[in-house]
Amino acid sequence: MLRIANGLIIDPANGPSGRVGDLFIEGGKIVPPPSPDRRCEVLDATGLIVTPGAVEIHSHIAGPKVTSGRILLPEDHYAHPVRRRRDFRSGTGRTVPSIFVTGYRYAGLGYTTVFEASVPPLKARHVHEELADLPLVDKGCYVLMGNNYFVMKAIKTGDRGLLKELVGWLLRAAGGYAVKVVNPGGVENWKWGRGAVTLDTPVPPFEITPRDILLALVEVAEDLGLPHPVHIHANDIGRAGNVTTTLETMRALAGRRAHFAHLQFHSYDVNKKGRFRSGAASVAEFLNEHPEFTADVGQVMFGPAATMTADSPLEYSLYRLTGGKWGSCDLELETGSGVVPMVYRRNALVNAVQWAVGLELLLLVNPWQMFLTTDHPNGAPFHVYPEIIRLLMDPDYRRSELERLPAGVRRLTQLASLDRAYSLEEVVITTRAGPARALGLKGKGHLGVGADADVVLYRKQEDVAAMFSRPVYVFKRGRLVVREGEPVADAEGKTLGVEFRSDYRFPSAFRQEFASYYSISPANYPVEDDYFRLREVVVCS
Amino acid sequence: MRGVVVGDVVCTFCGSLCDDLEVELEGGSIRGVRRACAVGRAKFLAARDTASPSINGQPASPEAALEEAARLLLRAGYPLIYGLSTIPAEAQKEAIALAELLGANIDSTSSHCHGPSTMARQQTGLPTCSLGEAKNRADLVVFWGSNPAESSPRHFVRYSVGARGLLTPQGRKDRTVVVVDVRPTATARLADEFLQIAPGQDYEALTVLRALVKGVAVEGRHPAGVPVERWARLAELMKKCRYGAVFFGMGLTMSRGREANLELLLTLVKELNAYTRFHALPMRGHGNVAGSENVLAWQTGFPFGVNFSAGYPRFNPGEFTAVDLLARGEVDACLVIGADPAAHLPGTCVRHLASIPVIVIDPHPNLTASLARVTIPVAPAGVAAAGTFYRMDNVPLRAKKLVDLGLPSDEEVLRRLRERIARAEDRQRSHY
Ligand code: SF4
Repeated sequence: MLRIANGLIIDPANGPSGRVGDLFIEGGKIVPPPSPDRRCEVLDATGLIVTPGAVEIHSHIAGPKVTSGRILLPEDHYAHPVRRRRDFRSGTGRTVPSIFVTGYRYAGLGYTTVFEASVPPLKARHVHEELADLPLVDKGCYVLMGNNYFVMKAIKTGDRGLLKELVGWLLRAAGGYAVKVVNPGGVENWKWGRGAVTLDTPVPPFEITPRDILLALVEVAEDLGLPHPVHIHANDIGRAGNVTTTLETMRALAGRRAHFAHLQFHSYDVNKKGRFRSGAASVAEFLNEHPEFTADVGQVMFGPAATMTADSPLEYSLYRLTGGKWGSCDLELETGSGVVPMVYRRNALVNAVQWAVGLELLLLVNPWQMFLTTDHPNGAPFHVYPEIIRLLMDPDYRRSELERLPAGVRRLTQLASLDRAYSLEEVVITTRAGPARALGLKGKGHLGVGADADVVLYRKQEDVAAMFSRPVYVFKRGRLVVREGEPVADAEGKTLGVEFRSDYRFPSAFRQEFASYYSISPANYPVEDDYFRLREVVVCS
Repeated sequence: MRGVVVGDVVCTFCGSLCDDLEVELEGGSIRGVRRACAVGRAKFLAARDTASPSINGQPASPEAALEEAARLLLRAGYPLIYGLSTIPAEAQKEAIALAELLGANIDSTSSHCHGPSTMARQQTGLPTCSLGEAKNRADLVVFWGSNPAESSPRHFVRYSVGARGLLTPQGRKDRTVVVVDVRPTATARLADEFLQIAPGQDYEALTVLRALVKGVAVEGRHPAGVPVERWARLAELMKKCRYGAVFFGMGLTMSRGREANLELLLTLVKELNAYTRFHALPMRGHGNVAGSENVLAWQTGFPFGVNFSAGYPRFNPGEFTAVDLLARGEVDACLVIGADPAAHLPGTCVRHLASIPVIVIDPHPNLTASLARVTIPVAPAGVAAAGTFYRMDNVPLRAKKLVDLGLPSDEEVLRRLRERIARAEDRQRSHY
């Protein structure tokens, strides 16, 4: 048994403020204090802050489009080599790091659980092969369904039982944790050579609307008892004025659980002259009135990034904008995807407004509902998290950063008027307790008895960016894996999945079409158990 | 004893990875194969436990062969691991780990097939689609410097020319098929339009097409040896189609211009998306060459030609690619797995191979094995060992283990070799 003694324990899920005390770990779990005669190994945490391991709710780290992004960015990899050390593999990259480096770097920041946000079932094997290589963290993934031919067909029939069967089967077939929707209907529409969709555009081939798709999937996810609600990348991402679509989507789903991904990219208004401006205030207001919703922010930070998403029409428009590299891949019956490298510039007004919109959302919304992400690597690579935390905790620093931006930002956003400073508790909520709760992970995001012993210790410092970029210790399921921000032991994370009480099967009514329209046999579609070495499932009810 | 039939078998013998085969087993061996093309069938039926491991041409125990292979690799100052194109992703991972441990070079067969396509992709990107999407939607199919009629016989019925899909219910009738090549190939015979271009003129041809697509007038009556009106017709077909797919092959990647040809083709395809949906698909030959590119890219950041001698991955085609390393005589030992370089690489490379210690890990005695110091036979993947293969469009499939030949898999042999080398390095370290 390990006793982490005398640390300042920040555990907002189990109590509002920090307390100095001891934490006991045995068998990879947090356990109650033992009887006094029990001998413990003791780690003196005097002067250290003790928090649960951070939980990444939305990131692009593994799978076909991430690897496509890696191939597209040799310059990122030349410039950022990571040397092999005994027991630790080498790699490259800052913006789209190779897989071993991704794991070491996440763990080095105190992250112990990471979710890959977008998996096409047809290529899910690839995702799991790569996740198997991701060291030190527990991992899981979300399964794309918002442009799936059979999902749309089942919705068209109006038979919710059929849809439920299909969604349950798809999650199992792809080894996923949650249902993901990306630009519902919009990707399919694009493949037909048609334009952008609104919430009520009928989409071929079944002429149902994005609204129909969202409502049906949100309902079915609830009905299946999934731990995480539908994870939504809404229509109309990135466009000035898209806040209307975002609010309309939220109104359509009000009263039901839903998670809105990278909301920063969906909170743009236009002023009377048609100029791009922040729409964060109205989105924040709506969210604060609807505790059934959660969101992650998708913060933009200045510097190189790589946009990558299943939203292929968005990537096409970004390619038209940049005129540079463009990767795109349509996948039969399921989705599209695209990759476009991007640099966010401090002196570009649009980028500066994006930066401010993200911070506004983080400052205006309850941190139990608004989680810190960069939609890695879309808004910025994840290694900038400590810098964002500093912006949240230190209003003077935030103001000085704002001063460096084009003056228009202060007119087009209300960031300058926001004085709020995040407390340590709130940082722990937005990076750990909140996402873990939204994901329905009972053993994560807190330090109560029975929780996984994913524990991170920091040395309190004036410079919070320095503090959060270099944990003194990271424990993964009770095992010390990181010291002073560097990995010290290898440990394989578990794959987090879901399991149902009933055995959902691919609907027999669709079998003929599956065989005719996919390019692989139905029997070769589901990911075999061989791809999951260590698995932990949440049983749905 | 009656035979059992295993269905939905994945054929790993070319990049098409047909996964609808039926294999009949009897008494632990393969009796029959249904649905495969002649190439695939022959490979399945050829799978048997033939040779034992060898050292310097003499039969050796598996342990002795591994020991000698480890010794040769440890002794080398600048080794190369080469091949990777027919082994499962699980084995490719092991090969990369071994290369990293040794500080070696690692490369796939890409330097003499699709390396230039990937280099072009690094510069321009790649708008592409899955083979099933081509089957379901493509009403225009262009084969440029590729000849699937011979390289991948079932490509036509399953994915391209005659495949029936969602928006192409009548298969061939719903498609226009165009072939651009320097000679009338078997594929060209199936085409509605065959443009026979002058050898080495692909760059010129693509420049003309780009101009015509943009409505820019072209000088000259016969650019690249084809009447300009025919290029204009192709440009129109490309702009007007609903969903276009160009399958490009080594006729483009290995002819004059190489990656420059590809940059131009990919740029053309990007530009066509202003008019319609258009995609480029590399026609990859080997069963898992696409896998090697994926695994290398996710583990190292680079898709082929990776060097670990600095302790981290470096990529420089022309420096760390197998053909160049061998032709310049730089590498002093070579582990070959999942390729037959003696049969396919230029003479200068083969001569250098013959002068250095070579270790061959392969199910079959190939030409390279005849000049190897050590050979280690392994179970043929997809027949006697399971594993993941990536189709030419990067769709991953799990190949089955159908029979037991009592041979270790590629992955097992590589892992045991790596463990041996790691132990030896540990011993060395503890001496200091
Ligand atoms: S086309 Fe290729 S994958 Fe299909 S059966 Fe023939 S060799 Fe095998």
